[in-house]
Amino acid sequence: MTRFITSSFSHLILLIGILIMVVPIWMIFASSTHTSSMINMNGLQMFLGDSFYENYLRVLLYQGGFFKEITALKMFFNSFIMATGVAILSVVTSLMAAYALVYYRIKYATLLFWIIFITILVPLELRIFPTYSVMAELNLVNSYFGLIVPISASAIATLFFRQFYKTVPDELLESAKLDGANTWRFFVDFLIPLSKTMIVAMLIFMFVFGYNQYLWPLLVTTSEQYWTVVMGLKMMSGSIVHRFAFVMMSMVPPILIIIVLQKYFIKGVFQDK
Amino acid sequence: MKKVQFKSSYSQYLFLAPQLGILLIFLYWPIIQTFRDAFTMQDAFGFGSKFVWFDNFLFIFDDPAYFIAFKFTIIYSFVITLITGSIGLLLAVQANNVMHGKSTYKTLLIWPYAIAPAVVGVMANYFFSERFGLLYHLFHELWGFNWYESVFDSYIYVIIAGSWKQISANFIFFLAGLQAIQKSVIEASMIDCKNSFRRFWTITFPLLMPTTFFLIIINITYAFFDTFGIIDTTTIGAPSGETRTLVYKAYMDGFRGLDLGSAGAQSIMMMLIVLVITIFQFRYIEGKIHYN
Repeated sequence: MTRFITSSFSHLILLIGILIMVVPIWMIFASSTHTSSMINMNGLQMFLGDSFYENYLRVLLYQGGFFKEITALKMFFNSFIMATGVAILSVVTSLMAAYALVYYRIKYATLLFWIIFITILVPLELRIFPTYSVMAELNLVNSYFGLIVPISASAIATLFFRQFYKTVPDELLESAKLDGANTWRFFVDFLIPLSKTMIVAMLIFMFVFGYNQYLWPLLVTTSEQYWTVVMGLKMMSGSIVHRFAFVMMSMVPPILIIIVLQKYFIKGVFQDK
Repeated sequence: MKKVQFKSSYSQYLFLAPQLGILLIFLYWPIIQTFRDAFTMQDAFGFGSKFVWFDNFLFIFDDPAYFIAFKFTIIYSFVITLITGSIGLLLAVQANNVMHGKSTYKTLLIWPYAIAPAVVGVMANYFFSERFGLLYHLFHELWGFNWYESVFDSYIYVIIAGSWKQISANFIFFLAGLQAIQKSVIEASMIDCKNSFRRFWTITFPLLMPTTFFLIIINITYAFFDTFGIIDTTTIGAPSGETRTLVYKAYMDGFRGLDLGSAGAQSIMMMLIVLVITIFQFRYIEGKIHYN
């Protein structure tokens, strides 16, 4: 009986927690399916209206409707390019750097380690204007390259891969050497397949990180053609229900990725079963 | 370190080159420029700049707005850490308690982690708008809530907006921490101590210390840096700069005021704060907690 009571209590607390997370989003979603005059008269709604298709299609496809030149669809495309670019570039470079740090007897290993890891202490927000002027000097303002590369200059994934490699048993390299594998073959044929979960977890982490960037795209894009979804929140104009619809859509890609690939993400980041 | 390694050779540099290259050009070069900015002053017409030693630093220490931002950042990170940590821990303990549906709860509580702070801010905006914001009207009924004018009320606004999604991260890490505690330890403690409340605070919680301290750092970093998108989409610092974080103020001074010297000096002050927190973490916390 006590068991039943304590467990019901746990379920109740968890339910409240979930409601706190879900209700605000549901209300914005429900409101986004109404007309603007309805919202302006009656405030946020709890129940669905019947303007769903009208509102969402308008936001996604109308050029010169919601923003000036760009459609929301193009902004999703830009965000996707940026997030994928950040994920791939940072994961590939981190995989390689961590490999060199763990599997080579390097003379200045400690120095290199610190040159790479001290950068974690200096997030982009602390060097945003100088980074912008570097990008301007290199003529990279208003380009996908400019959106992607400064965000990829991160050693977080390197730290994770380094920790992971250190748990790989020494016997793996010994047997690979017996098989005659050189450094490149060992990296590609042995280590990368072994790190698959970790690689997927880091790709998810960096994708979400790249997609959610707000300040940097705001600064580095002056042309609407390179606007991303999250920075677009700052630029929104138009009627209230269209804003609701845009906000709702803006959170779908990262949430979907986290829920669908949850298993890899948790396994990789926590390195548990 | 590994006992078996490859001998040092040129190929190691091929593996290091891409990351080192990107870090040198897009991270170290800007950092060096930050230092250069911090110690120089642009003349009013933008024609040149001169070396001014610590003048930019002295100016920010003379600026009352800097201390307002400093005070707010400290309060903000403390309150966010406290709120998200305790709610995250409460939910994690309950999720760890239930026999069925543990992974369903995990799925239902993990996703807010993925939402961008700016998106959270825009949503919070709708709930705190004077026109149709539900929370605005609820709080207004209760005590005359008005974040446009009251500093306390604007704190409440940005604290709710800032805490909401961060609960999720605290929940995931605490749950992982709880699941990593060995069953045998918990079972042994159940024999010794019948009171589950006391058992939690004397056995389980101390075993969660590594997770707790890790999360404290994560939450502080979040409140310092990631909340930019939240502030910029909610109060924009209102009333009169009381809800500006240090990062937000530095950005505004650099962007709106075009005062790169001051922005640089403020960035360096932030770097020092982050460095102190990190050293504190390594020196005092890592040394004092026990890993099982």
